[in-house]
Formats: sequence, C-alpha cells, structure tokens
Amino acid sequence: MAGQQRVYRQRIRSTQSLKKIFRAMELIAASRIGKARDRVTAAAPYARALTRAVSAVATHAGVDHPLTTERPDARRVAILLVTSDRGMAGAYSASVLREGERLIQQVTDEGKEVALYVTGRRAVSFYSFRHREVAGQWTGSSDAPSAETAQEIADTLLQAFLAAPEDGGVGELHVVYTQFVNMVTQTPRVIRMLPLEVVEGVAAPGEDPLPLYEFEPSPEVVLDALLPRYIQSRIHSCLLQAAASELAARQRAMHTATENAEDLIRMYTRLANQARQSEITQEISEIVSGADALAAS
Amino acid sequence: MANLEVDLVAADRKVWSGEASMISAPAADGDIGILPGHAPVLAVLRAGTVRITAVDGGSHVVQVDAGFLSVDDNQVTVVVDTARDAVPGTTGRH
Repeated sequence: MAGQQRVYRQRIRSTQSLKKIFRAMELIAASRIGKARDRVTAAAPYARALTRAVSAVATHAGVDHPLTTERPDARRVAILLVTSDRGMAGAYSASVLREGERLIQQVTDEGKEVALYVTGRRAVSFYSFRHREVAGQWTGSSDAPSAETAQEIADTLLQAFLAAPEDGGVGELHVVYTQFVNMVTQTPRVIRMLPLEVVEGVAAPGEDPLPLYEFEPSPEVVLDALLPRYIQSRIHSCLLQAAASELAARQRAMHTATENAEDLIRMYTRLANQARQSEITQEISEIVSGADALAAS
Repeated sequence: MANLEVDLVAADRKVWSGEASMISAPAADGDIGILPGHAPVLAVLRAGTVRITAVDGGSHVVQVDAGFLSVDDNQVTVVVDTARDAVPGTTGRH
C-alpha cells in the first residue's frame, strides 16, 4: 500500500521538473519571437526596393535572362525544405516535411528527378534516417538566419540552376517553408522560385507608374546584377518567416505542454491522496478489528 | 531647391534614411554623383564608398559592397548587400 503512494509522489516530482523545462522553453521562444518578427520587418525595405527595380527593368527592357527562361532540357527539380534545428515545436517541422514529401511525390509522378536541399537538423535527420540522399544541407541557424546564410543557399541553388543538365543542373526550384501569418496561424507553403516569372506591366493600385529609367551601364548588366540578389532576398525572407513561425509554433506547443503537465500533476496528487486515505482507513479498521477480536476472547 | 530623399538599405536592415542635398556612389564604371533633379537612373554599384551629404550639412560615409542604386523623382534608393560605417558613429544604427 505504501508503495503505491511512493510511486505517485515520484511521478509528481518528475512531471514537475518536466513542467519547468516546458515553461522555460515557452518563455525563451516568447522572448525571441519579437526579435524574429523585427528581422522580418527590417528585411522588408530591401526586398521592396529590389522588387521595384526588377519590375522596372523587366517592363522596360523585356530582356531574356537565363533565370527567367524555362529549361525543358533539365529533368531534375530542386526542392528546398526549410525546417527547424530543434524539436519541441509541435508539428512545425513535421508539416513542412509532409508538404515536401507530397511535392516530391508529385514531381516524381511527372517523371522528373528530385534534388533535395534542406535547412535545419530536423530535416537532415529525417532523411539520413531513411537513407535518402540530400544534395545540400545547412544547419545551425534556423531560429535566427543571417543574410550570409541566405547568400550561401542562394549561391548554391543558382549554381545548380545554371549548370548544364549533364552536370546535375536543375530546371526548377521549389521552396517549402512555413509562412508566418500571425501568432496563432503558420501555414506551410510551396512556392516555385525559379525560373522567375516576370509579371509585366502590373502596377499596384495607388502606386506611381514606373519612370523611364536610364540603365547604367546597360539593361542587361543591371538585370544580371539584380536577379541573383532578388533570389537571395526571396530566400532570406522565406528563412526569416520560417524562423518566426518556428518560434511561434514552439511557444504554442510548450504552452500546451505546460498545461498538460499541470493536469497530470493534479491527477497524480489526487491519486496519491486517495492512496494515503485508503491506507489510513485500512490501518484503522485493522486496529479496530484487532481490538474487537481481543475483547471477544 | 528640392532635396533628395535617400534610403540606404542593406540586406537585413535599413542603414540610413533622410533628406540629403547630394549623394555619390561607386557605379560599375565610375563614380556617380546625384544632385536633386537627376534623371531616373538604375545603376549597378561595385564595392566602394557611398557619400551622403545630408541637408543639415552632416556628411555620412558608408563602406558598401556590391549593390545598385535607383533614382526617381528625387527619391534615391541605394540597395547594397552589406554596409558598414567608414567613420564609426556617422550613421544611426549598426
């Protein structure tokens, strides 16, 4: 009987220490998410300026560029999966991986080969556990991606895109990441990054029409300099959004975990009290019946 | 005379923004100087120094690596990969 009580007390203690970990993780995620959102906002002017410049060149010069042309010759497709380095974020990484698997299936059904590029240790371990080849991986900064990391990823992917088919060149690039909608909603999204689709002559309402620019030194050179930067900035913004989503998902998951731990502690406390009470009752009835037996003899 | 409205942005932050009377930047084939009323231009920049002469007379010198610059109706946007102050403390934030 006393053993039962001890087991419950032990479980209460271990759940309490788990709860402390969950609470700490929740607070850490909560304190970092503000910074992550600031970074998303800080990168916005750069992306805006680039988008404006790219559409200015594209509407003017209608130049053909390797990055904007379809490549029917290459049958490989690059897919970049953006996941987290650490777990404890609920279904965050799992839903990106699921979306990625769906895309891989779809691309394979079209008869194309897939070249996988992944960021985040979760995706790396997912694929190494299944013995599947990964063409490139980046880990270590999933919750605070720097512009340098984005640069590195963009360089690798652009190189793959511009390579000849026989050297493993890819014809398309898809990115699977988690879009940060708000603190409660983060949705996994698939976007086709390359080849770029230039939407011509679309000015957002209320925006001034683009002026007639002079290009220095020439439209082709300007476009050459702009497009890789544009890709890098798109990838950077995907990474930043994913980082904010990761932290939000972690905060929510850890909040739920803390609450569940509290529920468990409450339940075990109740069970422990019950065991204690029934033990006392049993001892009393043993004493009483013992006394009765003595009195009767 | 009208002034230039300058935005100097790096990949991950806004470096400097405000009104200026002149700006010079290292364009691909020679430095380019912009005064108010300049024709719209989109220029590729190489690594070098961007000099901004603010309206209040202060001058800001920023080391940049490659990027580009656009001028349109006295709106100047300088977009660079990374930027760093040549003289510490002349721009607002690091």
